[in-house]
Amino acid sequence: MSPARTANFKQVSHSVTKVDAKQLALGKDSYVGDFAPPNALIVKMLGSPHPHARIISMDVSRAEKMPGVKLVLWHGNVPRIPHTSAGQGYPEPSPYDTFIFDTKVRHVGDRVAAVAAETEEQAMAALAKIRVKYEILRPVFTIDEAMAEGAPVIHDEPDAYVPIPIPYEPENNLVAKVGCQTGDFEKGMKEADFTFDDIYETPYAQHCPIEPYTSLAEVDSAGRLVITTSTQVPFHCRRIVAQALGIPVQKIRVIKPRIGGGFGSKQEVLLEDIVALVALRTGRPAFWQLTREENFRYGRTRHPIRFRLRMGVKKDGTITAIGMDCWNNTGAYGGHGLTVVSCCGSKVLPLYRCENIHFDAKVLYTNLPCGGAYRGFGATQAFFAFESTIDKMAEAIGMDPCEFRRMNHIRVGEGSPIFAALGEGKEGVPMTIGSCALTECIDQGAEAIGWAQRTDWREKTGRYRRGIGVACLMQGSSIPHIDMGGATIKINEDGSFNLLVGATDLGTGSDTILAQIAAEELCTATDKMIVYSSDTDMTPYDVGAYASSTTYLSGEAARKAAADAKSQILKTAAEMLDLAIEDLHCADGHILNADGSKKVSYGDVACYALYLKNQYQIIGTGSHFTVKSPPPFAAHFTEVEVDTWTGLVKVLNYVSTIDCGTPINPALCEGQTEGGTLNGISYALTEEYLFNQNGKMLNASFADYHIFSMRDKPPLKTILVPSYEDTGPFGAKSVSEICINGPAPAIANAIYNATGARLYEFPFTPERVLNAIRSVKA
Amino acid sequence: MKINPKTVTFTINGENKTFITEPDEKLLTLLRREGYKGAKFGCGQGNCGSCTVLMDGHAIYSCLLYAMQAEGREIRTIESVGTHDKPSEFQQELIDGGAVQCGYCIPGMIMSATALMENETEFDDETVREYMDGNLCRCTGYEKIWAALRRVLDRQEAKSTK
Ligand code: FES
Ligand code: FES
Repeated sequence: MSPARTANFKQVSHSVTKVDAKQLALGKDSYVGDFAPPNALIVKMLGSPHPHARIISMDVSRAEKMPGVKLVLWHGNVPRIPHTSAGQGYPEPSPYDTFIFDTKVRHVGDRVAAVAAETEEQAMAALAKIRVKYEILRPVFTIDEAMAEGAPVIHDEPDAYVPIPIPYEPENNLVAKVGCQTGDFEKGMKEADFTFDDIYETPYAQHCPIEPYTSLAEVDSAGRLVITTSTQVPFHCRRIVAQALGIPVQKIRVIKPRIGGGFGSKQEVLLEDIVALVALRTGRPAFWQLTREENFRYGRTRHPIRFRLRMGVKKDGTITAIGMDCWNNTGAYGGHGLTVVSCCGSKVLPLYRCENIHFDAKVLYTNLPCGGAYRGFGATQAFFAFESTIDKMAEAIGMDPCEFRRMNHIRVGEGSPIFAALGEGKEGVPMTIGSCALTECIDQGAEAIGWAQRTDWREKTGRYRRGIGVACLMQGSSIPHIDMGGATIKINEDGSFNLLVGATDLGTGSDTILAQIAAEELCTATDKMIVYSSDTDMTPYDVGAYASSTTYLSGEAARKAAADAKSQILKTAAEMLDLAIEDLHCADGHILNADGSKKVSYGDVACYALYLKNQYQIIGTGSHFTVKSPPPFAAHFTEVEVDTWTGLVKVLNYVSTIDCGTPINPALCEGQTEGGTLNGISYALTEEYLFNQNGKMLNASFADYHIFSMRDKPPLKTILVPSYEDTGPFGAKSVSEICINGPAPAIANAIYNATGARLYEFPFTPERVLNAIRSVKA
Repeated sequence: MKINPKTVTFTINGENKTFITEPDEKLLTLLRREGYKGAKFGCGQGNCGSCTVLMDGHAIYSCLLYAMQAEGREIRTIESVGTHDKPSEFQQELIDGGAVQCGYCIPGMIMSATALMENETEFDDETVREYMDGNLCRCTGYEKIWAALRRVLDRQEAKSTK
């Protein structure tokens, strides 16, 4: 990194107080649910009891007559326009296989009909009066069943299609396929001294934001539709609602207030079309909040993926071949299916140098809950497989696992053929690494966990055995040539600024870091920024919060907008001071000449521009798209204790190091890392969807689907290891997603180091661990 | 004994008030309807703690309790803790420590911590975990919430041993 460049930062690289922290700590009205007016109709959805069935007939007349019921929506009275609920760039790399309501249901909990009533009780009572006759169809629950000859076709509707030129074969339950070859994989396998060929499986899991999906729609006095919703993608939401309802974008305003967590789940338009229809047809506000059970069944999940990983290594530690085959179970609808598996390759395989790469992925429909975007986005699943095999390779050649990773990881100035080969629905973009502090991450993490004391599992005895594991990680920062973010900034009389950004803060702190970036560029204090984000009527466009893009992409947009405003301030100040712009500079909210003898404050400049002479609004604007997606890097370390009698795994200690470029707000970077890491630990150890033979999730509550609590939390240590990314705002890359990728492989490797048992599937429940221990050959 | 089955009377943040209710209405629903929206709906099943309020000084899940059960009791919500000008000590530590991410869990956390501080005099880690374990947070990994709370508790302990 370049300490000289970061030493002078006054706003970024400081743990400035989060702009919304106080209002949230005081419990002020902030979230969608807090804004539902008392006269809002309550919406409830009838979910399918069957995993796969055709709706033969439906009678809603009794429901319509129930007390308090204002509207029943079903396939007979809504437009039928194919679309995807996945909130992605347009046209989306996801099939248009979704309808507001369809004549077929494809998973337990799928939409059948919606009721809007005066109260929740009335809506529930009306749902019970809807009569539906189903023709039960044979369900498909596994990727093997989906691919089998003569398998039931889940999407047999003729009008589904994919809006970009990529393979889509719904008749084969195939949502998408993607692959690439670089070098000569077979030759690489032949050149290896050791080869590996293993199958790994990763499970269903849910994001579990504490705020469930929540949406509110109203028709305003001008007759426009206003949707206030817990979304990560307000602009995509507006576009998709317009598409699904067949109404103009112009008629819709989407407002994102504070969001109670998303983690990818809210990169989806699951409620908004329904509340919009209710509001438009009844003229009443319409409010819909999922129950926790619905959030599990109907909400989006992490795609379960099967991997076949083939790799070859020479005795000297050279990796000669990497072959990754993926089968992605996307559930009943195909949103994000292709892009998630693409990221299994593009965000993982470049981590270590290797020329001979084979990558092949298939995405398949099943009659299970729908996969979606989930923090880590495919990389999480793939790193479990990849970093497990990397550990096996190090052991086979007798090299320290940290040393093996240090020796092979990608470095500054290097590229990977994968970057160019694999994009999101199209080819990728060639890229060389501009910043990488992974070696330092490994060194500092190893030191913190006590790597030097690590011993071989064969030396361990007794019931309780401890082991230390490592996993190295990367991700990306935004989607190059696709994502775009915009920002606008205008000055007020007292030298404060309104910063309007399309970017979507869903609890991550992006409003704060964008304010810091703008303030740094403007040489003023972050608390001079009044941030307003994500309102499709009021702020510039932004793709939204996903793909680790906000800091890197929207941050640069905010910086450009600030630079634009700054140049206007300088111009006006030059006029006021009767000096040349070249002789002026900015500092601490003032414009000064070289020796500081002449100066004006931003407030003076604003008043002059607004009231005194040559009046105009000082307003800067900036947009940004990227040509790169610079990876953040991380090394995770953990020490676990395994009870070899019961198979219970306890995480004793966890160390997450991260190179996110310049940490714009170190405390928030740590917070992101701690939260993602604990989510990952919880996912690795306990989180699991249990299904009955009908494909119905059995454990759809926090009582039965265990997410880690304060008592479960092991000590978490986060070490920020800055680098400087020239293409990012003030050297920043991204931080949000990468941290969730580490726990599953790091814990798997630690369990191996404790017991010699290698786990190929998680969560690492006592049963699975015990079985693995039993199969260890002494 | 309740006189009118359609109303409930209790003290809310120090004020004695009577509310219209129904026998099957949950306390959380009533509170939010009446403008005490700091308590959040997270699960409605007593599993997440985002609806935590105090009843007679004890932290309870307001999503599980029927509003009628509050008859004659003393209820306190986040609205009674801190203001923009003067946040409580724990609120200030949470704000300064970067412990508030999405914030959805935070009012519940603060109410559980309030019960802890009012009902206990010693704050060993196990006691703290006991009080705070019912409040789930998916954003923070609890690390900074824990650290912020520990700072407040350590100061309180230091004061009381003086
Ligand atoms: S909403 Fe009451 S415990 Fe979750
Ligand atoms: S801060 Fe988001 S749930 Fe705790």
